[in-house]
Amino acid sequence: MTGADPGPWPPPPEPFEEEGDAQARPPDPRMIPAWDPASWHPSLTDEGPRHLDEADEDLVIRPFLLTGGRTRPVEETVRLEAQVVARPSAAVDPVRFEALQILEACRQVLSVAEVAARLRLPLGVVRVLVADLVAEQQLDLVEQQALSVDLLERIRDRVRAL
Amino acid sequence: MSEHSDDDAPMISVKIVISGGFGVGKTTFIGAISEIEPLATEAEITDQSVGVDDLRGVDGKTTTTVALDFGRISLDESLRLYLFGTPGQDRFTFLWDDLVDGALGAVVLLDTRRIDDCFMAIDYFEERQVSFLVAVNVFEATPRFELDEVREALGIGADVPMLECDARNRGSVKGVLVALTEQVLVRRLAEVGAL
Repeated sequence: MTGADPGPWPPPPEPFEEEGDAQARPPDPRMIPAWDPASWHPSLTDEGPRHLDEADEDLVIRPFLLTGGRTRPVEETVRLEAQVVARPSAAVDPVRFEALQILEACRQVLSVAEVAARLRLPLGVVRVLVADLVAEQQLDLVEQQALSVDLLERIRDRVRAL
Repeated sequence: MSEHSDDDAPMISVKIVISGGFGVGKTTFIGAISEIEPLATEAEITDQSVGVDDLRGVDGKTTTTVALDFGRISLDESLRLYLFGTPGQDRFTFLWDDLVDGALGAVVLLDTRRIDDCFMAIDYFEERQVSFLVAVNVFEATPRFELDEVREALGIGADVPMLECDARNRGSVKGVLVALTEQVLVRRLAEVGAL
């Protein structure tokens, strides 16, 4: 994480000749010095990749770019609480960065909502990507059980025993 | 289930929706009983939903994010209960269909200082015949009302259970969930004619 203190600021270029009583404007700490390519992108700095935080909410890339603009999953039954798990043989092209991350997270059984939270991606985006991976047989979708009387009784008893 | 699962039984997941007005204590409620930190995920409002979401007054804004709280409770080794909080603001109601789809039931959290905040949730669940109950979150500064008075103010029938709770207290939250599961079960038994 980058701290609040930007550290020693590189020496600014020669100050402009100011006329009269005009104040020289101090350098804006948000500006990226052109002579320091390492600071052009956070991941290029020594501190390594930066985690997303509140300040990154205005992402330049629109989230649904990751799904080719699709906002609905290929399979509508992928609910938010649906459990998915990666197949042992699962493998995708490494350039499908998010798909890889999903398979990585789903080495254990996880719900779609949890996958979205871990990847810090919008739920709608993750639903589409998960449905794709299920269709490709990279992920197994645990079938939803109907809410039978037996299951309802089991739920009630277990909640009571919490 | 697939052959590589560690568990013998397939994992079953069920969910309960926690709704109510903005700031009524949904996140606190979920956090009081969840085994994971209530996680905020985001759903996007894209250009496609502009007709649904009211974006008037936010000129030039075509996308935004919304935090959705959810929690998880492992009821046993193959049964997980998820709690999903609905977004508090009216303008995200289009997300409710996805949240409520397949839910066991719903809790409507109520703050007696702002009763009308929960009308929308009650209407929604009544319309879709989702089992729900009303849990009055008791704040210290809240004037206490008899539950019958609250029921009358809400205009809901006697078939909708109402109870008081303290969203910060695990035992109290658990009591609400027990009441809801009980209600869902009773309703189902009535449907199949066992009662």
